[in-house]
Amino acid sequence: MFSQRKSSWLVILLVLVSVFVLTGCGDESISVMKPSGPVAEEQLWLMKLGITIMVFVVVVVFAIWGYVLYKFRKRKGEQDKTEAIDKQVQGNHLYEIIWTVIPFILLVILAVPTLTSLYKHEKTYSKEEALQIKVVGHQFWWEFQYKDMGITTAQDLYIPTGKKIQFDLTASDVIHSFWVPAIAGKTDNNPGLNNEMWFQADKEGIFRGKCAELCGASHALMDFKVIAISPEKFEKWAKDFKALKDNPKTADAKEGQAVFANKCLMCHAVGEAGGKIGPSLTTIGDRTEIAGILPNDKTKLGQEVNPKLFRDNMDNWLTNTNTVKPGNKMGIIPLTNKEKNALIEYLAGLKLEQ
Amino acid sequence: MAQGHAVKRYTGLLDWLTTVDHKKIGILYLLAGGLFFLIGGFEAILIRIQLMDPDNTYFVGATFNALTTMHGTTMIFFAAMPIIFGFMNAIVPLQIGARDVAYPFVNALGFWLFFFGGLLMNLSWILNYFGATGVPDAGWTGYAPLSSAHSESIGGVDFYVLGLQVAGIGTLIGGINFLVTIINMRAPGMSYMRMPLFTWASFITSALILFAFPAITVGLVLLMFDRLFDANFFDVVDGGNPVIWEHIFWIFGHPEVYILILPGFGIISEIVSVFSRKVLFGYSTMVFATILIGFLGFMVWVHHMFTVGLGFTANALFAIATMLIAIPTGVKIFNWLFTMWGGQISFTTANLFATGFIPTFVMGGVTGVLLAVPSADFQFHDSYFVVAHFHYVIVGGLVLGFFAGLYYWWPKLFGTMLNETLGKIQFWTFFIGFHLTFFVQHFLGLLGMPRRVFTYEKGVGMELGNYISTLGAFLMGISTLILIYNIVVTTIKNKRVGADPWDGRTLEWAISSPAPEYNFAQTPLVRGLDALWHEKTADDGDGKMKPAEPLGEIHMPSPSWLPIAMSFGLFVSGFGFMYRHYEIAIIGIVITLVCMFLRSVYDDHGFHISVEEVCETEGIEVPKSKAEEAHS
Repeated sequence: MFSQRKSSWLVILLVLVSVFVLTGCGDESISVMKPSGPVAEEQLWLMKLGITIMVFVVVVVFAIWGYVLYKFRKRKGEQDKTEAIDKQVQGNHLYEIIWTVIPFILLVILAVPTLTSLYKHEKTYSKEEALQIKVVGHQFWWEFQYKDMGITTAQDLYIPTGKKIQFDLTASDVIHSFWVPAIAGKTDNNPGLNNEMWFQADKEGIFRGKCAELCGASHALMDFKVIAISPEKFEKWAKDFKALKDNPKTADAKEGQAVFANKCLMCHAVGEAGGKIGPSLTTIGDRTEIAGILPNDKTKLGQEVNPKLFRDNMDNWLTNTNTVKPGNKMGIIPLTNKEKNALIEYLAGLKLEQ
Repeated sequence: MAQGHAVKRYTGLLDWLTTVDHKKIGILYLLAGGLFFLIGGFEAILIRIQLMDPDNTYFVGATFNALTTMHGTTMIFFAAMPIIFGFMNAIVPLQIGARDVAYPFVNALGFWLFFFGGLLMNLSWILNYFGATGVPDAGWTGYAPLSSAHSESIGGVDFYVLGLQVAGIGTLIGGINFLVTIINMRAPGMSYMRMPLFTWASFITSALILFAFPAITVGLVLLMFDRLFDANFFDVVDGGNPVIWEHIFWIFGHPEVYILILPGFGIISEIVSVFSRKVLFGYSTMVFATILIGFLGFMVWVHHMFTVGLGFTANALFAIATMLIAIPTGVKIFNWLFTMWGGQISFTTANLFATGFIPTFVMGGVTGVLLAVPSADFQFHDSYFVVAHFHYVIVGGLVLGFFAGLYYWWPKLFGTMLNETLGKIQFWTFFIGFHLTFFVQHFLGLLGMPRRVFTYEKGVGMELGNYISTLGAFLMGISTLILIYNIVVTTIKNKRVGADPWDGRTLEWAISSPAPEYNFAQTPLVRGLDALWHEKTADDGDGKMKPAEPLGEIHMPSPSWLPIAMSFGLFVSGFGFMYRHYEIAIIGIVITLVCMFLRSVYDDHGFHISVEEVCETEGIEVPKSKAEEAHS
């Protein structure tokens, strides 16, 4: 009997813990519980509906459980009861029907919105209705192709707010899964196959994206950002992106451009030129993070990349690439210190005019 | 009548290596499963240490992936499955009044195949330090093409593919064996609808094994061909399709969940009934709920694949099918509660685990229904919410069930009683540790933490939950150590208990503890549900089972070296394939084939235990007629 009381304390403790954890509901940039778009909102609504029904079930079961354990416990010094089986309660049809039918009704309540919302999610939007973007998952980075705009970029996905974005998802090597918790649930990027999903961001902001399917050693580090900006800003961004000239200004940067052409261009593109094995570096000087995980202090819209941090991060990445992102395909590129500094200078300059 | 031939009886270690006795094989399963449980648990603690704080660097990259992969695979295939078979072996023949399983030889073979399969896979940790090998690191689900890429390097997922194939054969033949045993070997009067719930659960689980394991076997063979022989089943570039692996894996993988949980349900049903001193409420609905869960378990695999992009129709159908499973499961929960209702509940350690199981499993069940809603699952899927869900089901359901069963049947297995005080301490540390570990993980998932990640960002609210979770894991580790201590102390003290320490209801409590080699001196006559309780309470009962046959010689199967040798052959061939030394692979297979040949041509009629020996073991006088017969 002591033990039952202890277990009810445990339940209370758990509730307290959960309230404690829930108070924050997490960070706006990544939490499922703080949605910033209609898809995540509806998904959260469905979760809440489900959780409400389930909390009801849990409360009923726990109440009966607690009552039974307390009421029918064997008291100290009580004699053992012995009854013949045919005198013991073997069942009760009415009760058994009740606890079959009520769960069934609860499930129907859950099933109807499940189907209607699923239908909405599985819809595909045409060019006229939505911005079309192809997302290719690679070990361990993300490629974004704005199909109708002729823009290919990586890691930072710029989108206009208030507009539907229709995605084509695929992968180049193994299965990845495209997840931006605050804007929409995930859909898998299967190599050789094409998946569709759509979402929309209602608020401006920088949202964290994750790879949600185990894809190798650096699966945990395969992050990206969704940068939602107003349609006007987006239009300007696209225009600036296309107008960007690969035209380094300083002598160092010019030297860096030569190093890049020599050692990097076969895998990485700047603008139209270059290979497609690694992420495009067209606007690398603007990226929120190097390699998706080394932050450049650009955490809010309108903030600029911290130039010192960019250099340190890039240096770190070029020197320790295998420990920063284990198993990545770049590896250490042999560079003299002078070459490296020039290269970093060049890359830092690859940014849009503000 | 004299012996058919000389009685081959080994003692000590040789006895354990050659035994075909279901009780000893049961203990071997529990021992080996327990060992792998410790290995898997240790891996879990390393995982939690890495995740205790953000940016830890103890185990990162492929090493971390190896830890999660080996933890999952070891726990499912080499801890949970053998512990289930351990209980099935130790208990089912006793519960149905049989002298052994239908195929004792196959039973031993099943154990050794599982054991060598598990050994093969877990040796990857050690062989990692000897030559160019690796540890499987593509997840316990082994999704292609991450797992299937043909590579010149040896090891890695090869260990997974080969270890699971060897162990899988063992599981499959074990399942077939129990199907046949339960269909054919029941004592007179033990009709299907008088079988104890644990036997029913074992029956359905065996049926699920029969249908589910061939699927994974096919998948593993395809994967092996992709890896070893450069086939293209899953490689897109050459026309393969990775989604096929997902289907094959989950066609097996979802029924596997029920293969695991149904015996847990069975154990709980037995214990709740005994310690409430009441017959199980709604026995027949319990049986039909078990069957229905097993049946529906095959129709829901796509709920593991909602995000794969199978489209509206597939996702919708599988969502509804998944929700339906909640109904028979709910029926079970209420039947357990109403079994206790009006009873007299005593809180032994076994019953603490059993009653603790109920709310824990309910929580795992309701999150399962939430996951059945595809649009919501797009958020839950592959996040820590899912990690929380399946640990609630498998640890909160199955492992609590195991512990309950261990304390409950320990006297029947070993003739001693595990210390109750230590047991209760173990329960509370485990129960609290479990909820601390996994409850917060629901929220970590909703905060945006994907599963199988070795680190997470600072400053987005994930630190506290991960820290609590790791503390809980430590507590579960401590709890396991207490159990080991309890087992050691109990074994050293060796204080014997009687045949029926719990005032049991089912047949296994009618014979001495531990059960004699031949189980029942005379096959019992079953006169009702809860056969022993019936004899204890019926007007014409005296608390003892009525015999269904006269006392006589008992025919027993002979021990054999062939099962272990046969399994060793496949173990050797596994290494041959792995190191691409196909001559060694062939040698291994030849060993197995030679053993099979010997088994086929060499007639072993077993031996007989004489009436005198039976009477001596039972402590009864030799009946006069039999004594005369023996002397004539």
